[in-house]
Amino acid sequence: MRKATRMAAAGLGVTSLMAISACGGGGDNGGGGGDADANAWILTGGGWPAIEEDFNRWNESNEDAQIDVEGIENDSYKGQIRTAVGSGEAPTLIMSWTGGALLEYAEQDAIVDLTGETGDLEERVFDSVWQNGQVDGSTYAVPMNDVQPVVMYYNQEVFDEAGVEIPETWEDVEAAIDTFNENDVAPFSLAGGSVWPALMWLQYLTDRHGGEEVFQAVVEGEEDAWDNESILFALETMQDLGENGGFIDSYNSVTADQNEDAQLLADGQAAMLLQGSWVYATINNDFPEFADSGNFGFTSFPTLEDGAGDPSNIVGNPANFWSVSADASEEEQQIATDYISENLYNEETVTAMLEAGSLPPLNDIEEEIAATEDADFLEFSSQLVGDANHFQLSWDQAVAPEVAQPLTDNLSGILRGEMTPQEFVDAMNAL
Amino acid sequence: MALPAVAFFGIFALIPLIGVVVISFMEWNVLGSPKWVGLTNWEAVLFDRPFTWTALGLTVTFVIGSYLFQAPVALLLGVFMAGQQRYRALLAVLYFLPLLFSSVAVGLTFQSLFSPNYGLSAALPFEWLPNDWLANSDLVMWVMIFVVGWCFVPFHGLLYQAGVRQIPQSMYEAATIDGAGRLRQFFSITLPQLRYTIITSSTLMLVGSLTYFDLIYVLTGGQPADAVRILPLDMYVTGFASYNLGYASVIAVILVAIGLTLSLLLNVLSGSSKMDSDKAGA
Repeated sequence: MRKATRMAAAGLGVTSLMAISACGGGGDNGGGGGDADANAWILTGGGWPAIEEDFNRWNESNEDAQIDVEGIENDSYKGQIRTAVGSGEAPTLIMSWTGGALLEYAEQDAIVDLTGETGDLEERVFDSVWQNGQVDGSTYAVPMNDVQPVVMYYNQEVFDEAGVEIPETWEDVEAAIDTFNENDVAPFSLAGGSVWPALMWLQYLTDRHGGEEVFQAVVEGEEDAWDNESILFALETMQDLGENGGFIDSYNSVTADQNEDAQLLADGQAAMLLQGSWVYATINNDFPEFADSGNFGFTSFPTLEDGAGDPSNIVGNPANFWSVSADASEEEQQIATDYISENLYNEETVTAMLEAGSLPPLNDIEEEIAATEDADFLEFSSQLVGDANHFQLSWDQAVAPEVAQPLTDNLSGILRGEMTPQEFVDAMNAL
Repeated sequence: MALPAVAFFGIFALIPLIGVVVISFMEWNVLGSPKWVGLTNWEAVLFDRPFTWTALGLTVTFVIGSYLFQAPVALLLGVFMAGQQRYRALLAVLYFLPLLFSSVAVGLTFQSLFSPNYGLSAALPFEWLPNDWLANSDLVMWVMIFVVGWCFVPFHGLLYQAGVRQIPQSMYEAATIDGAGRLRQFFSITLPQLRYTIITSSTLMLVGSLTYFDLIYVLTGGQPADAVRILPLDMYVTGFASYNLGYASVIAVILVAIGLTLSLLLNVLSGSSKMDSDKAGA
């Protein structure tokens, strides 16, 4: 009964709001269904075809344990999965980015505890990635695709022309900014118009200054956790970079949707770009001349002298994770756990992922990586992730969903200089 | 015969509307069960949330700005299109092109055009051109009014063209014999005869821009919030980014109330509730 009411309410509410905003999303919301087949929703584009192939192979060799797969467009996925989980109609395998959403699923008992049901995955997956699927010491989600650390890309030609070395410390960065400005070249490209790339700066600077504990306090809901000297330092540094020629002049107009930030790097209008590992593929596909010129480089975020953070810490998306729906039948749940424990990151799929330039977060695939076309970048990323003491999930995913939007709005205020760092932390504390 | 229409209206307009009103009295984050909270959402959205009023102010600016831009341009375009000039047919096709484009495509194209690094600013040698068109809080609203206007002027131009074509030619002939010039004919014949077209088009423009969403969302992503986030966008963000369905429903009901009031008011003020034909001979 309760389930039916929730379903009706969910359907009614969502269709109502969609009707009024005149934006209908296509696709049917058919969830669990009555048959014995388990099902899963995945995304489209990017590295997702490799995952779909993986399901196809599973279905071919497991006739009595079929999993129906449906691809959903990225932007509509988050709303759809939430509605589905909320109404008890979730697919058997629930994909998430962990963080705030995973915590809510676990608190609502919408997903099952997978501790001890994951085969040898725990030993194979990098520890810094595996941690993200844990809630209160139990495993509620397991990684299922590639790890996406945020790295610093650079254009060697721009560095050579200005006579600057690739910066390793923040002091180097400050010196480099001056030299680049004298040479009329922007030190950093930044898609400030999209806001989320600026979050990467906030995260790295906070972590280097104060370590992962600073943001952990925010996640754990400690009082006034945002009002922290490391977060204030990061915000002040970002405003300073914006005002004093650190970021490219028009950074608030640059968006990541059409890869303009990467283009600025490829064109030599900017020397460096802090972005996710997926931009490596973007640059190879969209700007092949730059990618093949030998000037395309990548390195880790600079260290901060006297910073309390571990310099091996990284930020980004640890991966997408699978959880198993508690609303699915026992039979469906069994199929899903079998898929997870027996099939995830099997040899064929790992090869397919590596061929597509994506890096599975595994510690036992060094040889396979070395054999790929993109060995340089994949080895670099793999080492970065393997050595990382802590892998910080994107803050907008890590916080509760209702906090993510104000975080973006306020960060946009920082980028535009319309908000001071103190106003930012006060506004975030007030939520 | 009316039954299908009533059923359609009931299923797709009335029931969802009632649903939104009900949810506006509930606390609900999509996960978990909705909970009755009485008037709490309403109090919070109206009195404890300054942004509601900011968004309302932006909505008023957007609606009035869009109207002042679209109405005159659409009227003149329609009148011109109804004439018999050379190349008219060809020009008409060009003018109506924006009607055919999807708003996402239009949004992405304008995003590229407005880019200070690669868009028009880089292509044309005007010094005033490079600007944060989509990021400057003082500019972005006017840019939105322009782009949305660019999309909708053709449609309203089409309405006016049809309206002008219905005006009996004999009225212009009589006026010419009486010695009225083109300007006089426009104000004394065309404009009064277009009265009902103007009312229809104005209602569509005003209520349409009141609930407008897609282009602004694609072009700006709703940033900067206090410069572009008009009520429909605020509703979407509150409901589907922050998952506060209660607040979002309150905003939705406010929008519905304003929209209904506006169109009823237009109907009453214009006297079109007793609309009758004033065509010669009809």
